[in-house]
Amino acid sequence: MAFRNAGTGQAATVAGESDHIVAETAARIFADLADPQSLTRAKDDRWRAPLWRALEDAGLPLAWVPENLGGAGAGLADGFAILSAAGRHALPVPLAETLAAGWLLAQAGIAAPTGPMTIAPVRPLDRIELNTDDTLSGRATGVPFAQEAAHIALLALEGHEPAIALVKAEDCRIGEGRNLAGEPSNAVTFERVKPLRLAPLPPRFDRGALLLMGAAIRSVQIAGALEAILALSVAYANERVAFERRIGKFQAVQQNLARLAGETAAALAVAGSAADTIARAREFDDAVLLEAASAKIRCAEAATEGAAIAHQVFGAIGFTNEHILHRFTLRMLSWRDDFGNESWWAAELGKHVARRGAEEFWPMVAAR
Amino acid sequence: MTLQFDPIRLPAECEALRQEVRAFLADEIAAGTFDPHRPGHGDSHNPGFSKRIGAKGWIGMTWPKKYGGQERSFLERYVVTEEFRVANAPVRLHFVADRQSGPILLKYAPEPIKQNILPRICRGELCFVIGMSEPGSGSDLFAAKAKATKVDGGWRFSGSKVWTSNAHIADYMIGLFRTSPPTKENRRHGLTQFLIDMKAPGITVNPIIQMTGQHDFNEVVFDDAFMTDDHVLGEIDGAWKQATSELAYERSGPERFLETFYVLIELIRALGPEPDLRSAEGLGRLVAQLHTLRRMSVSVAGMLQAGKEPVVEGSIVKDLGTIWEQKLPHRVRELAAFLEPEATNRSSLEDQLAFATTVAPKLTIQGGTTEILRGIIARGLGLR
Repeated sequence: MAFRNAGTGQAATVAGESDHIVAETAARIFADLADPQSLTRAKDDRWRAPLWRALEDAGLPLAWVPENLGGAGAGLADGFAILSAAGRHALPVPLAETLAAGWLLAQAGIAAPTGPMTIAPVRPLDRIELNTDDTLSGRATGVPFAQEAAHIALLALEGHEPAIALVKAEDCRIGEGRNLAGEPSNAVTFERVKPLRLAPLPPRFDRGALLLMGAAIRSVQIAGALEAILALSVAYANERVAFERRIGKFQAVQQNLARLAGETAAALAVAGSAADTIARAREFDDAVLLEAASAKIRCAEAATEGAAIAHQVFGAIGFTNEHILHRFTLRMLSWRDDFGNESWWAAELGKHVARRGAEEFWPMVAAR
Repeated sequence: MTLQFDPIRLPAECEALRQEVRAFLADEIAAGTFDPHRPGHGDSHNPGFSKRIGAKGWIGMTWPKKYGGQERSFLERYVVTEEFRVANAPVRLHFVADRQSGPILLKYAPEPIKQNILPRICRGELCFVIGMSEPGSGSDLFAAKAKATKVDGGWRFSGSKVWTSNAHIADYMIGLFRTSPPTKENRRHGLTQFLIDMKAPGITVNPIIQMTGQHDFNEVVFDDAFMTDDHVLGEIDGAWKQATSELAYERSGPERFLETFYVLIELIRALGPEPDLRSAEGLGRLVAQLHTLRRMSVSVAGMLQAGKEPVVEGSIVKDLGTIWEQKLPHRVRELAAFLEPEATNRSSLEDQLAFATTVAPKLTIQGGTTEILRGIIARGLGLR
């Protein structure tokens, strides 16, 4: 697989002033309108519309779309900072998916519509075909939020010409399905769907580029969720009393929380490094493969370990529906499966390293 | 607390330095100084080699020029350290002095001592040993009993230190000695750091052979040895205040996850260019884990360069890194289980695995055990 991407020449501002402002705006909206405790108590879905409106008013869902294509034209680093904040708030709306969809469309110069979008395919083995009459056929599974999205941005690599397309969700057959956190995760069937917009694939862009971008996105979200989970777990251990002591005073609990801090640190470091790499990259090359594949693998491992430790710290109360812990842990565990799970990426990375050979291995690692 | 691991990249000057180090190592290997494929070589010492490294300016390279240093950055030192470690080069003689003894002297030694000793470390002439543990005091350093008693013009030392790697070849020790009893309020009170001349009368070094068959460990017995007053390092009775800031340097470096790295290289060689799916998947995970550790470690080096004291982050790197390098030979063994018996490097893989497997238990003990590290992390999280 060739990991190349012409990109759109978007500004690659990395960890500069602007990402703090954008991320702070995002975090404020999340705190005001998507506070996990309030959403857990909510009896219905009435929080959803004002939340999405606030996100759109702030230009967040189309942050990665250039201004001439109807977006906010923010840098990739800004978008990753938004996603990190979204992970820290267990944000239950398709912000990441809309960001990714807008980014994919922009690769082919397609203007982004307003409203929630999603992206396909997110599983490496799914195939979508462009027919000779410019309609789309095929099936994509586990598409996040397809049921809630107005539009789907997709990559059609089979058929007579590889293309990027924008379709109306209502033109596709969307199956029922939920991820671990109860969010829509749907099989989407395309039966000679006529796209709203269609553009040829830019040079050096392929499935690998989409999957690597998605892997970095999910990694950043997982790392954000782990940060929140660590803070919640430490606060609880400092508050909950058992055997006449706060449980955080027990060495066994301290050891567990130190391990959770280690997993969180690993996820933060590798996801941050991958996001930084993509934000600076001219194309999806071998460096991006090492960084983004590693991020997805290690963040998924951290999610598995981290969720188990956090639930152990909270005990029975963390297993209840009314507690907010599962909003973070179940989302994080679900994100492992999108854009290639850790086993798939590990096999890809392992094959890549083996092909390059033993002598080239250390130089590859040290170049990052 | 907020954990911070910024995506630090090594600056451009590091790349030129890396090429220079690789060329130097290639020449040394070609000249037969050491065999990068022979396990255990990284733990050995070679006086001529250390002097040649010193001549390149790669020992004490962050220190002031007036003491023989190069005033280069921690990130440049990072590159040198990782390239030597990956090559399995015999740096044992000067490594402890370079990593931690020199920085302690820079901070706490009187000027004449600095001028005398630091340039010799930089030239690769001096070997240092750390004198912390005792028969009754390991992780719990504040239980140390070896005594320093004030006498006219200096101090007299008695008692013993154990697990002192390199003591049998060392020129100097930086040791922790009891100068006062602990107080009721502070059990950490009463210990002082000293510079000890290992060639002084009254010091006996007894070898302790490790389970690998190697001899690094020793017992050092002090029988009324004498050092002059200028050998006190820092505050008398107050050594506990001096320990923490050095820990980040000692704990977060590439040597904390690369100690068994050679088995991974050997595995890649044995698997060949088209491994089966199981091996590829297992290899890919190890690569991702290694890349993550290195990015964390570089990030801590960047924070050190920026003058921060990332004690918790450094402890996390050592906790994760040493557990990873400890498990690595076991994981490689599993991944190599279905290799063809005729794989070209099978016997060297088995040799290396045997060595790495016997070395593995020490990795999570030396320089701060897993349990101690997690206690430090827990304190940083606000649990203690």
